[in-house]
Amino acid sequence: MIRHLAGRVGQALVACFGVLTIVFFVMRLSGDPTLLLVPEGATAEQIAALRHELGFDRPLLVQYAAYLGDLARLDLGESLVQRAPVAGIVAERIPYTVALAAGALLVALGLGIPAGIAMAVWRGSIIERALAAFVLAGQSLPTFWSGILMILFFGVTLGWLPTSGADGLSSLVMPSVALGALTMSTFARMTRISVLDELSRDYVAAARARGLSRMAAVGRHVLRNAAIPVVTIAALEVGNLLAGAVIVETVFAWPGIGQLAIQSIAARDFLIVQSVVLFVSIVYIAMNLLADLAYAGIDPRIRLER
Amino acid sequence: MAEAALTVENLSLDLGPARLVDGVGFSVAPGEVMALVGESGCGKSVTAQAIMRLLPDVIRQSGGRIRLGADDLTALPERAMQTIRGRRLSMIFQEPQAALDPLSTIGAQIAETLRAPLSRVRGEVRRMLEDVGISDPERRIDQHPFELSGGMCQRVMIASALIARPAVLIADEPTTALDVTIQAQILDLLRRLATERRTAVVLITHDMGVVADIADRLAVMYAGRIAETGPTEGIFAAPRHPYTALLLASIPRLSDAPKSLLAVIEGRVPTPAEFGPGCRFASRCPRADAMCRSVTPVLGEVAPGHAIACHHPLGVGEAV
Repeated sequence: MIRHLAGRVGQALVACFGVLTIVFFVMRLSGDPTLLLVPEGATAEQIAALRHELGFDRPLLVQYAAYLGDLARLDLGESLVQRAPVAGIVAERIPYTVALAAGALLVALGLGIPAGIAMAVWRGSIIERALAAFVLAGQSLPTFWSGILMILFFGVTLGWLPTSGADGLSSLVMPSVALGALTMSTFARMTRISVLDELSRDYVAAARARGLSRMAAVGRHVLRNAAIPVVTIAALEVGNLLAGAVIVETVFAWPGIGQLAIQSIAARDFLIVQSVVLFVSIVYIAMNLLADLAYAGIDPRIRLER
Repeated sequence: MAEAALTVENLSLDLGPARLVDGVGFSVAPGEVMALVGESGCGKSVTAQAIMRLLPDVIRQSGGRIRLGADDLTALPERAMQTIRGRRLSMIFQEPQAALDPLSTIGAQIAETLRAPLSRVRGEVRRMLEDVGISDPERRIDQHPFELSGGMCQRVMIASALIARPAVLIADEPTTALDVTIQAQILDLLRRLATERRTAVVLITHDMGVVADIADRLAVMYAGRIAETGPTEGIFAAPRHPYTALLLASIPRLSDAPKSLLAVIEGRVPTPAEFGPGCRFASRCPRADAMCRSVTPVLGEVAPGHAIACHHPLGVGEAV
């Protein structure tokens, strides 16, 4: 078990290293960043001076080594637009995005998993069809549209919730629902398939032959077995939530890293974009690691492996 | 058979318009092993599911009665069936490892039959594990199915099926997935427990060798009907239905000449959609005539406790 854990952590570290390397080189592939930063009409000497100041005239591998060195000291550089440390600017936004992602995940897990279980257990019934319609809606309504509709209805017409901004928990409700809808549908569909798959297994028939009711067999045996694929999806979906946050944060003027990324791209604030990409990637890798550890919690076959 | 533990009368099961099982009846006495034999698709497994009242939704019982002791199971609501399953009527399955939840300990699964948490019935579960021949039960009780071999898993299944001392055990191909040497051990175990505990066993199998090993009586099923039923010894010595005779002839014997061809029954079992009037074995039967293809033979006694459904039965000692 310890070896399994250490192995997974090691793999995650290698993946992180790969990500930051790719981020570094891909950002350089998009051309000389100096040209993005100088004001229009700058002279060649001014450009060269800035390039030298920022270190972009050094060989690529030297820049890469410097970048790794900075990262090791958690120095992400200085924003070229705001003239402030990038780390501070990004860190300020992270709690908002984490709160939004957590809210969305709560919506997605809280509605998606029970819906998926119910669809499998009451397969072919009116319950399944009603839930299927609900899940399809969550899956097919684009966030920018459903978000604006919600703002209109709950914010403007009913006045129950703030239309935008980050002002307490009430302002978190609509963005969470908008962001969580697609993930909720994914959880519901995955859970349904997984539970149906387990329901057809012999151990369910055997449990019923021992006298368990169908519901007791589901509760005692099926759900735990069905959880394994759902945990995998849940980890991957956190990455999708962070990506989806870009749109939702824009629609609801939510001051998270998604909004920061959009603003920075518009302002060509290159180092901030690079740091946001890095943050999202590392969260993604961390969630996968967490999922691996969760399997070991669920499945004794993994836990007892030597 | 006034004291039968289980009586199945005239059972019919339908899948849509197709009749999978047609008027099947048999009974099993306490301590007796009764084998239900037939090729795959003959309706023996759905018969088992019907007795457990765990038929898939698409299959409907359209006729007949199933009596457990004096109780008519066909009339019972699902909730009452739940109190009967495991306690008075239980079942073991073909693939023992698949029939155990991989994520629960074997002790917890056996305890389920007793409707109690393992902590409260631990001693009882341990004794039962010992009784089915599992060594070091105190350690095994907390292990998961993947830590046990297939044979041990089947012993665990038997333990979970018999711990509440049911009157009837249905064993659906209990040794098919196991090695031959393990098969013999499991059959011996079933035989011993059935005798000791006075459990009536319905053994479902396609293997005449298994029948010869442990069954007191057998019923040969073909295409949803019983072709021949009677005491194992009598039928093995002198099968009267051509199908039974051909089944027995198809068992390879050590006395056969080396490299001689295996005896086979030509053709295949008709699907329910192909069932026509008359005897369903007629298309493969060397003795069939026009009557066989138009008139359904009914089960009739040829000797005490020995009945066949055939218009042209074999004489005693006669070959097909």
